Amino acid sequence: MVIAPDGEIGYHEAPAFRIFLRQGFDQKPKRMVADLIGVSYMSTPGLATLVEALQQSKKLSIPLVICGMNDRVRAIFEIARLHTVFKIVGTREEAISL
Amino acid sequence: MSARPDLILEMVANPAYLCGAREMINQIAKRVGFPDSQACQIALAVDEALINVIRHGYETRADGRIWVAVTPMVGNGEGADGLRVVIEDEAKQVDPGSIRGRSLDDIRPGGLGVHIIREVMDEVLYEKRGAVGMRLSMVKRLRTDAAAAPTCVPGCVPGCGVSEGNQTNG
Repeated sequence: MVIAPDGEIGYHEAPAFRIFLRQGFDQKPKRMVADLIGVSYMSTPGLATLVEALQQSKKLSIPLVICGMNDRVRAIFEIARLHTVFKIVGTREEAISL
Repeated sequence: MSARPDLILEMVANPAYLCGAREMINQIAKRVGFPDSQACQIALAVDEALINVIRHGYETRADGRIWVAVTPMVGNGEGADGLRVVIEDEAKQVDPGSIRGRSLDDIRPGGLGVHIIREVMDEVLYEKRGAVGMRLSMVKRLRTDAAAAPTCVPGCVPGCGVSEGNQTNG
């Protein structure tokens, strides 16, 4: 399953992103891909939502893969030192082929 | 605020307006001379500070007021040598010494905002604001000397020569 949010994921937008991810996990997919190619900005509520998704993925044994990050979004993962915690690849094709 | 700022944004503590505040900061930072990546990170730091005011200061009460004051800092040379952003509120007061980022070794949702603010900005000062509210003063300096160039972060402008320029991280 691929979740591909669009636009900015800040404090205001993170709850909707959380709902999408939860609905995705509810379908018990083989793998969850968060394709961030359409995400122009992310702040810590967006990060927190992805950390929650990671915890959910471990609990359900559904691998979570993140792809499509632009450099701005990547920077916040690095500042928060979360870039080593997630499985991050470049493109959706790479994420699906894992 | 010790000197009159160039610009003051007054907003209610409604998350719907955060996008406007961060876009304003992003544009001003670029106008002052910060590269796109740093302007975005300054906007991120301000966004995180505003989120903390809304969430912890006003406890999501959307009628609280917040002031964001922005002033380019004038150095010895031509043009600005940095940006000062001061955020004030009328929310509950906390001991400034108790405002700390959490350990990053603890992988869990939340609690990263203060860490990001301190990581991005060069100066960060929390103070009680008289009888009510808090004041957060932040400074980001423009670095034009060659020695500072390697501090470029991922996402630096194309052609900078320091940017990692790599979108993958296996």
